[in-house]
Amino acid sequence: MGKRADVPKVNAGSMADIAFLLLIFFLVTTSIETDVGIDRLLPKIEKDTTIATVKQKNILRVLINEEGELLVDGIVVQMHALKQSAIDFLDNGGSPSGEMGHCNYCMGNKSLDSSDNPTKAIISLTSHRKTSYGDYITVQNELVAAYNTLRNREAQRLFKQDYTQLEADFANPNALQLQKEEVKSKIKIIQELFPMKLSELETNN
Amino acid sequence: MSTASLPDIVFMLLFFFMTVTVMKDVPLKVDNELPNASQVKKLDKKDRIVYIHIGRPNKAYANTWGNEAQIQLNDKIAKVSDIGPFVLEHIEKMPPHIRPLATISLKVDKKANMGILFDVKNELRKVNALKINYTTYGQEEN
Repeated sequence: MGKRADVPKVNAGSMADIAFLLLIFFLVTTSIETDVGIDRLLPKIEKDTTIATVKQKNILRVLINEEGELLVDGIVVQMHALKQSAIDFLDNGGSPSGEMGHCNYCMGNKSLDSSDNPTKAIISLTSHRKTSYGDYITVQNELVAAYNTLRNREAQRLFKQDYTQLEADFANPNALQLQKEEVKSKIKIIQELFPMKLSELETNN
Repeated sequence: MSTASLPDIVFMLLFFFMTVTVMKDVPLKVDNELPNASQVKKLDKKDRIVYIHIGRPNKAYANTWGNEAQIQLNDKIAKVSDIGPFVLEHIEKMPPHIRPLATISLKVDKKANMGILFDVKNELRKVNALKINYTTYGQEEN
């Protein structure tokens, strides 16, 4: 029994150094990665192509060339002005009051040459095969920003809350199921007011 | 001064970093500097995401693969026609209840051309993998 008392001492003085070394290794290799991005839903491949007729004024044609320059409905537009022209187009609300498809929440200038109603407005984004992806994403980002601005406005009006906040709430994994249902229905209402109709096309010339 | 508790503190920090660390699972053979965007959403959980990397081959692979943007699936440089089977295989491996939520994360280098992306998108449409995400770096709103 007496012999068990003198347990050989282990020198633990270097333990801290070893731990530090490991700590520094993990500090250096860590990238607290949060993947973010722009969500898109690709269109299905239609077997029987029915050609939907859409009025010209309900389409906003955005063209990006190889150099990353923009042409919006035939007019050269700078990148920072794109968001505003998209907002003007979507929020126009051209059909007169009393008529079918009148938009009672639009605040645009009700021009007859621009979109009738946000639910009909389509943005068509065409890019060249040689356009750089960076430019393309910048444009996508501006267009999403335009939609988000308008959706935020409506969400503030109806629910006193930003639309982007609603989406963040919905994505929050800690939220209760009941709250999620409520948030989901709110999101749906806003999306019906300003549905995102964005078609991505390719051109060769 | 007693430094006896120093190892404990350091260990605690160590464990913290060990748990939050995500090791890169595939070595990238292509340049992959993502573009910046501000209107972004967080990606869903990792288990329902299929990654596709597109970019110019690294210096080490430039001799073999040239300077045009290439597609990397897992750890291999692949052809456009390989994307369909690759995506389907990954979706097949997921538990059935999350298959409809499967998202394709496109990690495309910002210098890559749109042409290759159009081809990739077409392939994805063919296999009906329609939920995509243009993965970017986040950015503070300005």
